[in-house]
Amino acid sequence: MSSARARALHRRRRVVNLLGLGAATLATLFGLVWLVWILGTTLWNGAGAFDAKLFTEMTPPPGEAGGLLNAIVGSAIIIALGIAFGTPVGVMAGTHLAEYAHGTALAEVIRFVNDILLSAPSIVIGLFVYALVVQPTGHFSGWAGGVALALVMLPVVVRTSDETMRLVPATLREAALALGAPKWRMIVRVVWPAARTGIVTGILLGIARISGETAPLLFTALNNQYWTVNPANPMANIPVVIFQFALSPYDQWHSLAWAGALLMTLVVLVLSVGARAALRRRG
Amino acid sequence: MSATTQQTLPPPARRRSRGAAGDTGFRVLAGTAALLVLILLGATAAAMFWGGLPALRAFGWHFFVGVEWDPVAKRFAALVPIYGTLVTSAIAMLIAVPVSFGIAVFLTEVAPTWVRGPVAAAIELLAGVPSIIYGMWGLFVFVPFMADYVDPFLDAALGPLPVIGALFSGPPMGIGMLTAGIILAIMVIPFVSAVMRDVFTLVPPSLRESAFALGATRWEVVRGVVLPYTRTAVVGGIFLGLGRALGETMAVTFVLGNAHDFSISLLAPGNSIAAAIANEFTEADSDIYRQSLIALGFLLFVVTFVVLAAAKLMLLRMARREGT
Amino acid sequence: MRFTRHLLALALGCALSVGTAQAQQITGAGSTFVYPVLSKWSADYARKTGVQVNYQSIGSGGGIAQIKAGTVDFGASDAPLKPADLTQAGLAQFPLVIGGVVPVVNLPGVKPGDLKLSGPVLADIFLGRIKEWNDPAIAKLNPALKLPAMHIGVVHRSDGSGTTFNFVNYLSKVSPQWKDRVGEGTSVSWPTGVGGKGNEGVAAYVERLKGSIGYVEYAYVIQNKMKWTMMENAAGKFVRPSAESFQAAAASADWAHAQDFYLVMTNAPGADAYPIAATVFILAYKQPKDPARAKTALDFFRYALQMGQETAKSLDYVPFPAPVVQQIEAYWHANIHAQ
Repeated sequence: MSSARARALHRRRRVVNLLGLGAATLATLFGLVWLVWILGTTLWNGAGAFDAKLFTEMTPPPGEAGGLLNAIVGSAIIIALGIAFGTPVGVMAGTHLAEYAHGTALAEVIRFVNDILLSAPSIVIGLFVYALVVQPTGHFSGWAGGVALALVMLPVVVRTSDETMRLVPATLREAALALGAPKWRMIVRVVWPAARTGIVTGILLGIARISGETAPLLFTALNNQYWTVNPANPMANIPVVIFQFALSPYDQWHSLAWAGALLMTLVVLVLSVGARAALRRRG
Repeated sequence: MSATTQQTLPPPARRRSRGAAGDTGFRVLAGTAALLVLILLGATAAAMFWGGLPALRAFGWHFFVGVEWDPVAKRFAALVPIYGTLVTSAIAMLIAVPVSFGIAVFLTEVAPTWVRGPVAAAIELLAGVPSIIYGMWGLFVFVPFMADYVDPFLDAALGPLPVIGALFSGPPMGIGMLTAGIILAIMVIPFVSAVMRDVFTLVPPSLRESAFALGATRWEVVRGVVLPYTRTAVVGGIFLGLGRALGETMAVTFVLGNAHDFSISLLAPGNSIAAAIANEFTEADSDIYRQSLIALGFLLFVVTFVVLAAAKLMLLRMARREGT
Repeated sequence: MRFTRHLLALALGCALSVGTAQAQQITGAGSTFVYPVLSKWSADYARKTGVQVNYQSIGSGGGIAQIKAGTVDFGASDAPLKPADLTQAGLAQFPLVIGGVVPVVNLPGVKPGDLKLSGPVLADIFLGRIKEWNDPAIAKLNPALKLPAMHIGVVHRSDGSGTTFNFVNYLSKVSPQWKDRVGEGTSVSWPTGVGGKGNEGVAAYVERLKGSIGYVEYAYVIQNKMKWTMMENAAGKFVRPSAESFQAAAASADWAHAQDFYLVMTNAPGADAYPIAATVFILAYKQPKDPARAKTALDFFRYALQMGQETAKSLDYVPFPAPVVQQIEAYWHANIHAQ
């Protein structure tokens, strides 16, 4: 190979490198533009009602001042229930797929069903939980809302934890087993920590997905104009409040809806930044 | 394997027995969770099937290929929402996959370390915006933007072309499948890019470093090492996004126009399966109407099934060609 | 996993806190249209009596389905159920409050109330038979207006809705072609136009598209200062949408002879009646599982019908006149077994 050709090849490789990485940077900017645009709209519209009252007063009827306290607390409880039901099952199922059932036909079936259910319209899951919980108990409840949200986040958690655990190098596993660790300790002490970021991302994506979901709550938790922390009652929650207020004719309800959206977005931000920071400190 | 290890290196007896019991317990727990997932999610699908069966019986194969949707005459057929679902999701993935890939590459290869955290958090934030806000933003901000700038441009630039022109003609209203597809893309990007970024960081450093040591550029490392190593997981991330795009309801209902007449143009109002269910379910006033909407939900499963099966086949063929 | 443990603890804490001061609470669900006024009444009533009436808008169809499934104490619907259906489900039905559906337009140079329309013309526009604003049929109703040669853009609801039900019910009454080709329902197969999600979506599209016409609830017209139209009523008079013309429609409707108040108030006969007035109906069990809760609900509705009139008016709804309220209370007495 002549040195001129080598140099030309070298230059071409460098150009391709720059083009590729430049395109990646542009893609990131493209993503950030939307973020700024949408967040800017939310901030602009939500800042007006984003004050102390938002956290201290109940959802008001039209024509009165108020906040979202009951909805904030209700949402926190329902989402916590969703996480409490969904995360352990999801991570354990992912563990089963990646560690125990790897390569079996059953695992493939479960993966396939899981993938299909990623696209189940959330209203459909709401209707399923309605038939499963609301109809037998005879009333809407926070419990039902939690179950519905768990079902919405479950496929996301299963998918991501399965994927990331499978990417943990086999050498790590073998090293742990060679040291005499039983398989379950190997999974808990070696595989989970190695796949930690991915699992946490899955859980965070799951939380992000359920925190804004209106449809599965409409027929399960319903909503509540009043204060309640008892999940046996219909429970207030931010998404349904946003939905109802945003589609109403009243300006003051509109600004509360935007403020609720802003709050929810901020919570997801704090959660994802916080979880990542905590991971980094421990790791 | 653990048995042989224990024979050669006998640990204290109490610990061994606890380990074995723990192993069985853990295994059963994980298996139960997996089975529970299968049962719960399978039951959802089955419930949809039984719920929609009367409509499928009543309308037969015509339900899949007909275009009329008449709640008054109680005649339902689903071609328009099927078409809209596929087209909007395709537009969304056409935009979201390359952009997400770019973001993941930027975050793992290009950006200085101090930039990575904030940018990753910012992109993830897009996933936290409630979908009704995407809808409201779409209706009040993005639709006017499309109507004033993008649609007229597309109509003028591409409208006169043969074949493609049909896709980009029509009055510039700003609503329609293109707008919906773009908004879906924005909603899907954080999901796809987060998974891609996470699996990119899981590539063993030794692999990447040996490629660098051979003189590979960063781009070549991404193409030649990172992408092949993570391919199935990347495809998994894309499915995650596709699933979201196919099933997303609230945002789409605001910008899609929800017309039940068939139109080939991307600038014309369309419909999607999820949007039709969300729009009409709470007010459906006859049994067959409700059953038809549930059948639509089941249809979404079928559409997803076909799309997934096609993708899996493609993956298999790709793997065979590479002889791995 | 410590995170998960905290969450579990929180969840358990919630479950155990059942005993905290729980005022009596009843639940209702249904019509989106009535949601603002019901939540206002509820807040006022809770302040007065401590009884909490939790009403949630899930759509009229949802309200009917939920009361039939027995998951709520009452349902609310913009469309009445037929007496036969009520009997079959063991339900009672009574009207609660009135509103109106108003055609709104976006025409350059046309101010609110300038444009006059009749039922048949409105039907022809939504059928796509009248395509231009300077059509002779429109010009005939508006001799004083100079209407442009502009294409009419039709905007309708994309979601199923009680607003649509009342609107197309009216069109079916005044136009045989509409009745034949489209008919009535909470959603229909629209011959033309684009669909907006909710009143909000229709209002946004009408404001955006020049030459468009749509229909929204009265409160939206007022709150968003939209260009409403005068409508010709059954007596041949042009009336503006207002509390007075809605009330005139309610007064001229023959409630006394409507079994279970099964009556859709569109195209009401009164001289000053607005033709597309809409009624919200409440559905409750005749033999409730828990008569005490049923009584709580009826007490609340008695308060709403008798004392909540000013509240309703302040939110652009119209309360029922006293004679109808008396009929409603007599109906309760005869039909609902609440203690």
